[in-house]
Amino acid sequence: MILTADSFKTGYLPTWCPGCGDFGIWMALKNALAELGIGPDDALLIYGIGCHGNMSAWVRTYGIVGLHGRTLPMAQGAKLANHTVPVIAIAGDGDCLGEGGNHFIHAAKRNPDITVLIHDNQVYGLTTGQASPTAKDKLKTKSTPDGVAEPAVNPLTLAIVSGATFVARGFAGDMPGLTNLITAAVKHKGFSVLDILQPCVTFNHVHTYQWYRSRLYQLDSIKYVPNNRLAAVEKALEWGDKIPLGVFYSENASTSEDREPALLSGPLASQPLGISDLNTLLSEFR
Amino acid sequence: MAQSITVKIGGEAGFGIMSSGSMLARAFARHGYFVFTLNEYPSLIRGGHNIVTVRIATEKFFSLDRSLDILIALNKETVELHKNELAKGTVVVFDPRDYEWRAEELPIGVILVPVSFRDIVEKLGGEVVMRNTVALGAGLAIMGSPFEFLTEVISDQFARKGEAVVNHNIEIARAGYDAVGDAATKLSASRLDSVEKNKDYLLINGSEAVGLGAVRAGLKFAAIYPMTPINALITFLADHAKSLGIVYKQPEDEIAGINMAIGAAISGVRSMVATSGGGVALMVEGLSLAGMIEVPLVIDIGMRVGPATGMPTWTEQGDLLFTIHAGHGEFARIVLAPSDATEAYELTLKAFHLAEEFHVPVFILTDKYLNESQWCVEAAALKRDVVIHRGKVMKPGSEESTTSLHRFDLTPADGVSERSFPGMKGGQYIANSYEHDETGMVSEDSAMRTAMVDRRLKKITAIRKIVMPPVVYGDQSSKTVIVTWGSTLGPVLQAMKKSARIIHFPWLYPFPADATKELLTGATRVIDIEQNATGQLASLIRLETGIEITEKLLKYDGRPWLPEEILERVS
Repeated sequence: MILTADSFKTGYLPTWCPGCGDFGIWMALKNALAELGIGPDDALLIYGIGCHGNMSAWVRTYGIVGLHGRTLPMAQGAKLANHTVPVIAIAGDGDCLGEGGNHFIHAAKRNPDITVLIHDNQVYGLTTGQASPTAKDKLKTKSTPDGVAEPAVNPLTLAIVSGATFVARGFAGDMPGLTNLITAAVKHKGFSVLDILQPCVTFNHVHTYQWYRSRLYQLDSIKYVPNNRLAAVEKALEWGDKIPLGVFYSENASTSEDREPALLSGPLASQPLGISDLNTLLSEFR
Repeated sequence: MAQSITVKIGGEAGFGIMSSGSMLARAFARHGYFVFTLNEYPSLIRGGHNIVTVRIATEKFFSLDRSLDILIALNKETVELHKNELAKGTVVVFDPRDYEWRAEELPIGVILVPVSFRDIVEKLGGEVVMRNTVALGAGLAIMGSPFEFLTEVISDQFARKGEAVVNHNIEIARAGYDAVGDAATKLSASRLDSVEKNKDYLLINGSEAVGLGAVRAGLKFAAIYPMTPINALITFLADHAKSLGIVYKQPEDEIAGINMAIGAAISGVRSMVATSGGGVALMVEGLSLAGMIEVPLVIDIGMRVGPATGMPTWTEQGDLLFTIHAGHGEFARIVLAPSDATEAYELTLKAFHLAEEFHVPVFILTDKYLNESQWCVEAAALKRDVVIHRGKVMKPGSEESTTSLHRFDLTPADGVSERSFPGMKGGQYIANSYEHDETGMVSEDSAMRTAMVDRRLKKITAIRKIVMPPVVYGDQSSKTVIVTWGSTLGPVLQAMKKSARIIHFPWLYPFPADATKELLTGATRVIDIEQNATGQLASLIRLETGIEITEKLLKYDGRPWLPEEILERVS
């Protein structure tokens, strides 16, 4: 069966606001899956709660729509149970960095072979536009009427210092570039974090497509080499007139699954159940 | 000669008090004695008073009681703190270098046996922590048992450290044994009768029993955040992860733990979490999710004294109603509550099977007393054949699916339909925390919502058909009926097995209402005995049967019931 973006059709059409950045992420994800040869029965997509999570209704793969903020623990459990299945967490900025901030740090530290796509629009869209942890540039929202005063959480620096082994930024308005980044992130063996700048046409009137387009540039264009954690942090702090896109950091390292002896003989889910040598086990209690 | 001896070994935390108790119990269990150990300690690692109580008997018993035959004091404080438990004939073994106890300072008839723990250890070139080994030897001598009982357990305990360490410990224990010397022969009341070894007994704590049940039932994944009193389960699973081919993952918190376990269960492995009340509070959101997306999951709750941090190393049964009601929204669950280690093993096995038969969360409600005490379990009880049924699972197809699996099919009478696991060809579906249709696709349609709720709740009806009825012990004809649950059963049996009909509820939810009504019919006096302050089992019985139990014996000081306390309050 030849996979195309159409292979993932569900019969439902998106309910996102016209112009929402989620459309670009949705298309790029389907393109990347098709390109990687990952069909509806092959992958597990784990969604958080937020506008991003509604994507589950128009991408036909195995999916879990979990709880707000809890995509990464669930993804890790699923990956350890069957590490042959690609696992992709589809998360929001509030979802992954607010409610799930602790999980994000610890997932990065463990380096499971999963990918997380962070829909970074700086607002809680589904609850009608409060500030998310990534809100910046004095963004006025329903919960910050005078403009957001606190500094923003930077998903990239947080991922880099927490131990993630693939850290990149994409833009929802650049479908070919985003498709390539999703493909690279899924291919990467280890915890791959892709922060996706996503205009929210309804609740974020600062960070528009135009605002981003006038500032974004590709790291590739400056011959940046993503192999140094400190340099990556420095680059990831760049935000203003110039905003970089691309891979900030990448390294090969052992994954959580590599470190589990039980997985050496294949996926946990296909191993025999029960105990083969009960007497030896019981003798410990004698 | 005594048929039962209770020994307490006390001292400062960090001085191997608990391992001494285990070794003593194990030494006797190996020779056919029935034993039990209880650890009591404050929530500290060093300092603070630790005490281990070991009861050794020629016949089976159900709990400790107030009797104390031998007190081995590794410091002065131990005698001071336990002075009121000493009675005529109690032997107190102490080191005169700690304090020179005189008979007139203690209750009349207490027998003082000074043993110079420190001098012996120093003379034999041991470290000060090895006083407990001297104490073990001394204790054994007072019971009049052969020293060989100890050599075997010491050899096993220190085998990994090499022969020299083993021999050094044996030498030190022997010196303690010999130091009691002739004094022992005069202490006839504390000399233990011999037994014929006709039972193969194992010494196992409640957490280990849960762990054994779990791995025999096919547990493959556990995500457990450390918390008293279930830490021994973590140790058991982590120690055996490699040899048994399982994954134990330490999560960053209990929220991550339950979500990891749900992810693993959806992906096709039997998985579990364990925690205590505070951790359950964090898991409640995930529990509701498990109910919504119909995930088989086993949750071991080791209750301890609450609310909040409470008294973390002490026991209570305060979370029964919390466990039954935890979670937003309405969904099916099963709550089992074992009374001892053997039952903890059996009900854990059952929990995994029920979880996959009905695709529901199943709780094993344990407590500190059950989890951290060491119980005598017949090996045969743990060796029975286990047959693993995975419940309804789709047969994998060979082609990529073009439509979604009806994972949440509305038609089955029991509300249980075939699962598929990610990666299975032809099995694609969405496990959706939103209300959903048969394929898991989000739906807010009025008819679909109603049908899905009905479907999920059909499981409760189906489960009710196979609920284990309460177990009746004691005098079957007695008009005095005691209702109790969990580890309180032991002290109740010890106190009342000859004078009351005792009803124990290993299966608490869905509640066996009809069986309970029948059992309570004709009773002239019904007494509820629990380890909590509000009588939660009595509340549940009233809720489920309409029967109000007014006579309640409740204890909530963190210490397990003693049979004497029950007898005093019942009469």
